[in-house]
Amino acid sequence: MYDSPTLETKLDTKNIKIAADNVQVYYGETHAIKDVSVQIQEKTVTAFIGPSGCGKSTFLRTLNRMNDTIDICRVQGTILLDGENIYDPRVDPVQLRAKVGMVFQKPNPFPKSIYDNVAYGPRIHGMSKSKADLDQIVEMALRRGAIWDEVKDRLHSPGTGLSGGQQQRLCIARAVATEPEVLLMDEPCSALDPIATGQVEELIDELREDYSVVIVTHSMQQAARVSQKTAFFHLGNLVEYGDTSQIFTNPVDPRTESYITGRIG
Amino acid sequence: MPATWIFLIVLALAAIGYVLGRSRALASASGDSRNLHSLPSYYGSHVALYAAVPSLLLFGLWLIVQPVMIEHHVQKLIPETSYTSQGELNLLMSDVHRIANGLDYAVRNGTLGAQAARDLSTETSDIRAVLANSGVALGSDVSAPTLVAAKEYRALSVTGDSYRAIAVLALALAGLAFAVIKTNRDFRARNAVERVILSLLILAASLAILTTVGIVLSLVFNTIEFFKLYPAMDFFFGTTWSPSFGGGSQLGILPLFWGTFYISLIALAVAVPIGLFAAIYTSEYASPRIRGLAKPMLEILAGIPTIVYGLFALLTVGPSLMAVFGPGTGLGWMQGGTAVMTAGLVMGVMLIPFVSSLSDDIINSVPQSLRDGSLGLGATKSETIKQVVLPAALPGIVGAILLAASRAIGETMIVVLGAGAAARLSMNPFEAMTTVTAKIVSQLTGDADFASPEALVAFALGMTLFVITLCLNIFALWIVRKYREQYE
Repeated sequence: MYDSPTLETKLDTKNIKIAADNVQVYYGETHAIKDVSVQIQEKTVTAFIGPSGCGKSTFLRTLNRMNDTIDICRVQGTILLDGENIYDPRVDPVQLRAKVGMVFQKPNPFPKSIYDNVAYGPRIHGMSKSKADLDQIVEMALRRGAIWDEVKDRLHSPGTGLSGGQQQRLCIARAVATEPEVLLMDEPCSALDPIATGQVEELIDELREDYSVVIVTHSMQQAARVSQKTAFFHLGNLVEYGDTSQIFTNPVDPRTESYITGRIG
Repeated sequence: MPATWIFLIVLALAAIGYVLGRSRALASASGDSRNLHSLPSYYGSHVALYAAVPSLLLFGLWLIVQPVMIEHHVQKLIPETSYTSQGELNLLMSDVHRIANGLDYAVRNGTLGAQAARDLSTETSDIRAVLANSGVALGSDVSAPTLVAAKEYRALSVTGDSYRAIAVLALALAGLAFAVIKTNRDFRARNAVERVILSLLILAASLAILTTVGIVLSLVFNTIEFFKLYPAMDFFFGTTWSPSFGGGSQLGILPLFWGTFYISLIALAVAVPIGLFAAIYTSEYASPRIRGLAKPMLEILAGIPTIVYGLFALLTVGPSLMAVFGPGTGLGWMQGGTAVMTAGLVMGVMLIPFVSSLSDDIINSVPQSLRDGSLGLGATKSETIKQVVLPAALPGIVGAILLAASRAIGETMIVVLGAGAAARLSMNPFEAMTTVTAKIVSQLTGDADFASPEALVAFALGMTLFVITLCLNIFALWIVRKYREQYE
């Protein structure tokens, strides 16, 4: 990720994948994220919850610098990935995004075949030596995305022809194919029906074996089902961060309690 | 009654009808518009439409039919011995019109009494002198049957005009009365008005379509006429184009077709890369400020009249090409400023805004989520554009290019001024050639007899061109439609 050897860091990075410290995000004049510090652990599912417009998606997008594509957006503070600041000018955001993959709210398969959708990342990053190698990567990714059985006979038909739930699992497979270390998911189930949601949630649970998964969700049940850590955002502040079981059963902050019990939101 | 007056009276009746309908509806609801089925203005519009639309339609129809019927009737008054062909009859009839109009003019001026105009006769007075007195000049003396016909023409016109006024105004009043009587609080005026508006919209659409059909039919009939005089095989497969108005011309379309194709090809070779790259820059890379500046600047190109491009080709591009490829430099490829290359380059510049503006819109309509998806996988911006955005936009871009191609094929002025007039089959892009459109112009401007193959060939050329551009346009639309849904 760096062009030169790493910086020293004070943090114990053993279990910490991403450490955000005093992060501020501005959209023009609007102060969207205020003083957020959070530590995301390895091989864990972390859920970001909070009412609409509280900044959880914005914060998620700062973790792989997707906000760079928005002209008026400014980010301050440090975000360390494996102890290295991703906002260091020497960091190439393109390579960062290969390490920190992202799945979006709406399924967005490319207008290409299912195979080409999954092979997109590996091809760009030169991850395969041969056609057979690439076939293998695609199959593995589709299996991890729990969609292989449904599409193995029509790998060369367009990805846009799949159903919404299949499309979203294809997008997850596509993100997995580049072998990221962290997978960011921005409300991945909001466009899906309950059955497809169940499949995706199962998938997230399996992905935890290899990746850190950060998921933004509006559904508190979903957060409770899939995550081990939960962060509650409110009006741009990180109100509370802790074990999911603790947040949902015994929240410290009264705002968290109000949100979880449905009084604010 | 003059036509303008009838028109104005009908409009006034419609206005009165609006007020009447509105107040009658309100009265039937005892002044409270909430008790009405529709808003009061709909009742007014309903009456106004009933008063104006049928009567104005009748009026329009009458304006078209009356002259035709009078013409037909008056023609019979001219003895068959005084003409031998349709052309001579036409000349006689235009004399009749001129005399009738002259008499009208004289009566209006007061130099001739209305009764006196009716009593004129060739035996008692010199018509030419009488009309000359009131400022109407005639080319020759007036014969008796012509004067009779002219007088009959006037009489019929006057009668027709008064019947017209009566019929139109009666229809307007009848419509008004009918609609006013129908107006009450439960009448569904809104639905009725919307139905009338709908039929007006359909009428407008079918007028446009009928005009197209008319144009195509006129092309078809003249083309058939041409093929009766000239064999179709020689036209489509002849390699020589040498019309001579004395007869014995060779009218092979191939050299013209080749010229059209060659010039369009060069034009597209210029316009497609430049236009496409410009579109990629403005839609993907340029900041909003630069885009807001660059896009309108590019579109100004589209507003330049093609004759100006023609001048540019003739006066600037041609001589500059001569300076590089002409005999003076030792290359000697180019003999004159007008050449396929000159016209092709300038036409290419003309097409840039078509390609760039359409492609820019198409690239912009590719959803941002696809770009995010690609960037989120660690692709760079240019990889994203190459592998995701452009493939997604490709059908639309192909459509844009095909539309530009049909513009190039139909272009005339740049060719006339930039490519010369020599019909030639040659591979050398520095030679003068010409296109189908330029030859249509040159075949129809001049003193050609319209029944000769040399003039009729223009219609066959036009028909061929029309079929080609139509196919291109249909193909473009088909491609755009087939692939448009793919990323939605």
